[in-house]
Amino acid sequence: MSAVALLGAAELGLVFALVALGVFISFRILDFPDLTVDGSFPLGAAVAATLILADWNPWTATGIAVLAGAASGIVTATLNVRFKILHLLASILTMIALFSINLRVMGRPNVAILIQDTVLTPFYDLGQQLGLPDAVVRPLFVLAVVLVVVALLARFLTSEFGLAMRATGVNARMARAQGVSTDLHIYVGMALSNALVGLAGALFAQTNGFADVTSGIGTIVIGLAAVIVGETVVRSRVIVWMLVGCVVGSILYRIAIQVALNADFIGLRASDLNLVTALLVAGALILPRVRNPLKARASAEATSR
Amino acid sequence: MITAKNLHVTFGRGTPLEKHALRGVDLAIPSGQFVTVIGSNGAGKSTVLGALAGDVIPERGTVAIDDTDVTRWNTPRRAGLVARVFQDPMAGTCATLSIEENMALAAARGRRRGLSAAVGTRQRAGFAERIAELGLGLENRLKDQMGLLSGGQRQAVSLLMATLAGSRILLLDEHTAALDPSTADFVLDLTRRIVVEHGLTTLMVTHSMRHALDYGDRTIMLHEGQVVLDVGGQERAGLDVPDLLAMFSRVRGQQLADDALLIG
Repeated sequence: MSAVALLGAAELGLVFALVALGVFISFRILDFPDLTVDGSFPLGAAVAATLILADWNPWTATGIAVLAGAASGIVTATLNVRFKILHLLASILTMIALFSINLRVMGRPNVAILIQDTVLTPFYDLGQQLGLPDAVVRPLFVLAVVLVVVALLARFLTSEFGLAMRATGVNARMARAQGVSTDLHIYVGMALSNALVGLAGALFAQTNGFADVTSGIGTIVIGLAAVIVGETVVRSRVIVWMLVGCVVGSILYRIAIQVALNADFIGLRASDLNLVTALLVAGALILPRVRNPLKARASAEATSR
Repeated sequence: MITAKNLHVTFGRGTPLEKHALRGVDLAIPSGQFVTVIGSNGAGKSTVLGALAGDVIPERGTVAIDDTDVTRWNTPRRAGLVARVFQDPMAGTCATLSIEENMALAAARGRRRGLSAAVGTRQRAGFAERIAELGLGLENRLKDQMGLLSGGQRQAVSLLMATLAGSRILLLDEHTAALDPSTADFVLDLTRRIVVEHGLTTLMVTHSMRHALDYGDRTIMLHEGQVVLDVGGQERAGLDVPDLLAMFSRVRGQQLADDALLIG
C-alpha cells in the first residue's frame, strides 16, 4: 500500500472516528441502538456543503451542521422518550425522514465544493509554506479536531452530569432513584451523539469536496465496527482510554479495509466494502462467544461437579 | 415525617388483570421512626414503598413528606428526600461503574448535577473515609467496578450511599432477601446502626416476621391493600412470631397458613 493510500485511510479513519465517538455515546453509554447516524452524517455534509456553496463562513457552516445533527438526535430521542416508540424503530424513522430532508437541503442528490473555501483552506496555505502537501495537512487537521473532541468528551463524561448519563445507560431505575432525570440525559446524549456525527459529515464534505445524499448508507455499521475494533485493541474501563479506543479502532478499521481492497490476490473490489464491513462486525460480535470452546467445556464441567 | 392518606392504586385498570393493589392505606410515620412492613405476596408492601418513592402515582390519596405534598412528584424529584435500597443487589447500584462513581452518583442526589468533576481528590478522600465505616476494606478498592463485589457488599454500599446526600427517609424493599442468612444479619445490623446514627425515618419491607419484630420500633401488616395491623411500643415488645400470626388471623377473621407469610 502506498504512502498516499495510507494517509488517505488515516484521514478517512479520523473523520469516521467522530462517528465512532457518537456511536459510542449512543450504543455504549446510553445503551440506545441508534440508526439516526445514517441520516445525520449526510445531513451534516449537506448542510455544510450547501452553506459553503452559498458563501457562508465555513466555520459557521460547520457549526450549523453540528446543530442540525443534534436536532436529528433530539427528534429520535423525542419519539422514544416522549412517545414510547421502540428506540431502534424511532431511529429508523428519523433516518428515513432525513433522506428526504437532505435532498431538500441540497436541492439535488449531490453538491460539489471543490473550489470553495473550507475550514481547511488556511491550513492548506500554511502547509504550502511549510512544504507539506494537502494529503498530509488534511489528516493532521482532522486529527487536531478529533483530539479536542476526545479531550472535551472525556471531561464531560467524568463530570457529575456525564456520570449521571452513564448511570442512565447502565441502570435507569437506580439512576432515577438517585435523582437522575433519565429522560433529560437521553435527550442530551442523543443530541451530543448526533452532533458529533453531523460534525463528521461536515468534515467529510470539506475534506472530500462534495456532499452526497447516499453517503450515509452504512454509517452506523462503520461506526460500530470502529467501536468494536477499538474495544478489542484498547482494553480499559477508563473513559478517556475508551474514547481513544474508538479513534484507534476507526483508523485501524480503515487501514484494514484499504489493505483488503488493495490486495489483488483476494480479488475484492471497492463495491465489496459494505459486505466486508458487515462480515467484520458480525465476526467481532460472534468471536467472544465462541473463543476457546475447550475452556468453556472445562468450566461447565467444573460447575456441574 | 411521612404522611400518606387514603392511598388507592390500581394496576392494569380496565384489563382482565386489573389489580386493586392499595385500597385506602393511611400511614403517619413520625420523624426518626423505624417501621417494619410485613404481609403476604401481593399484599401491597412494595406498592406502598413505590407510592412513597414516586415509582407509583396513586389515583386517589396524598403523600406528604415533612408537610410538603409530593403526591405528583416523580421519582427523580423525590430522590432528594428519599433514599432507597432494593431487594436485588444488582438493582441498587451500577455494576459497570466503579465504587467511587456509584458513591458520587448518590452524593449528588437531590441537587443539580453540573460539569464539575464527579470524583475529585476531595470527594475520593471523603468516600474512602465513609466506606471504611463498613469495615469491609473497600476503602482500598474505590476504583474497582461495583459488579466485582458480592451481593452483601453491594447492599452494604447501597445502604451507605443512602446516607451520603442527607435525605431523612430510607425505604428498604426486602433488601436482605437475596442474601445468605449470615450476610443478611450483617446487613441488618448495619441497617440498624445507620438508621440510628443518622436518625432516619425508615420503612423496611421484610418477608421475615422474625426480622419484623427484632428490628425497628413499629410493625405494620398489610393484607389485600390495607393496613390490617399496626403495633408499636409496649404491645410490640411483648410479641413473638406466633402472636403476630394469631393477631393477623383475628384481625382478618380467617385462618392463615404460616407459609403464606413466611415465604411471601
